[in-house]
Amino acid sequence: MTQEIIIQAIISGLLMGFVYALIAVGLSLIFGLMEIVNFAHGEFLMLSMYTAFWLWSLFGLDPLFALPLTAVMMFVLGIATHYGLIRHILHASMLVQICATFGLAIFLRASAQFLWTPDPRTILDPLVEGRLDIMGIFLGLPQIVASLGCLAAFALLYLFIARSDTGLALQATAQDRQAASLMGIPTDRMYALGWGIGSACVGIAGVLLATFRPTDPEVGALYALLAYVAVALGGFGSILGSLFAGLLIGQMEALGGWLIDPSYKYVVIFSLYLAVVSLRPQGLFGRF
Amino acid sequence: MLRITDLEVSYGDFQVIWGVSLEVGAGEVVSLMGPNGCGKSTIFNTISGLLKSKAGTIELDGQRIDNLPSHEIVGLGLAHVLERRRVFPYLSVRQNLWLGAYNPKAKAHRDETIEQVFDRFPRLRERQDQLAHTLSGGEQQMLALGRGLMSRPRLLLIDEPFLGLAPGVAKEMMDMIASVNATGVAVLFIEQNVQVALSMSNRGYILESGRMVLTGKPEELLNSGEVKRIFLGG
Repeated sequence: MTQEIIIQAIISGLLMGFVYALIAVGLSLIFGLMEIVNFAHGEFLMLSMYTAFWLWSLFGLDPLFALPLTAVMMFVLGIATHYGLIRHILHASMLVQICATFGLAIFLRASAQFLWTPDPRTILDPLVEGRLDIMGIFLGLPQIVASLGCLAAFALLYLFIARSDTGLALQATAQDRQAASLMGIPTDRMYALGWGIGSACVGIAGVLLATFRPTDPEVGALYALLAYVAVALGGFGSILGSLFAGLLIGQMEALGGWLIDPSYKYVVIFSLYLAVVSLRPQGLFGRF
Repeated sequence: MLRITDLEVSYGDFQVIWGVSLEVGAGEVVSLMGPNGCGKSTIFNTISGLLKSKAGTIELDGQRIDNLPSHEIVGLGLAHVLERRRVFPYLSVRQNLWLGAYNPKAKAHRDETIEQVFDRFPRLRERQDQLAHTLSGGEQQMLALGRGLMSRPRLLLIDEPFLGLAPGVAKEMMDMIASVNATGVAVLFIEQNVQVALSMSNRGYILESGRMVLTGKPEELLNSGEVKRIFLGG
């Protein structure tokens, strides 16, 4: 019995880990590219969850079918955020940058409260529901789909960054903006692309989360906090670091919840975070 | 080929370049000299579009390029090798070179150009899969130069190519620059050591506190009392 519970916890943790990793990598990508922390990352998640909810509620579109559309919308939102806000504060002091994205977060959260009320919204009757029973281990099907979806998106992102010409240009821009622009790389467009991709990542995670988790204006806060921890833990700007840290957080949450008490699971995560960054401030895979 | 007329550049309210004019003819090697902090790199950065000018004009083959963005200027045939090499540290040698040919015109010839660069710098071919930050200083300078050549420039700007290099490596780099020039590429470079700079240039310019004070052929400059005053404070 105990053995089954441990396996159950590990697998559930793994499933959530891929979701955390995709949320974190979006944040990490933007930070790695331009050293700006997007404090509205959680609110981008919230927006994509609402998008999934409204597409289902108004048009009867299942989140899984709404996924590509939402990803594109979030991509456009990210690009708009770059040109509308970030571009103007690129050379401003860090405090201004923090206030700008934090302000955006508050604006989005308050707008969601105002427009859609604080009531939690749940997508009923999704295409994929129910759970699998594999030798006494119960796994939610929506969680499995979400996990695989996030893993696939993560793999695509990794291949894009590591293999494509544009991905290489993104890496070059992150490593030395001036040198990159002297190579003929339009670095401002690379920044916009980074924001687009980062937002699309969190958007994909959001839609998949919305298949099994109710949506409300505050929903992004916890996930964003876990994403900041994952990014700091994995190393700012490191893609594989985000994956590893996302999976680690998933495990800590599941096993910590089971070993100690579910209400203390975040204590386990944040203790680990504090321990790692005090021994290795650049994070596990970080360069700085 | 390159003509700068009455260039003025400021950092905010602080003006650092005052009415500088400079020319580089096709196929020439021209050096820009001057004491530390006199504005040599600022001029280079303004030519390649990293900085905006306040007044004056910069023309490349008769076309105004001042205040064009850097990424467009490189496509017109001007490559700028930055001071302290500035290779992409966490990309491989090959990826660094690959990025040198990012502009559409150069991209079309990428495979061919990378072979030429490897032939010129066999050491880079040997190390093509190594991350750039693991190279020695001299190898990084070769990579920076090779990366500049990947854009197939007609004019190459090199900011302090010998900085921090061992004498033997610096000599190798001098030969390399001469051989690049022999293929018809004009070179404008910054060097603090007047003897070294003039030994490899057709003409030289001397900058002091943001103003062009002297220009001429190597023999004229070497015999000028003004040069001794500027560099030795006599």
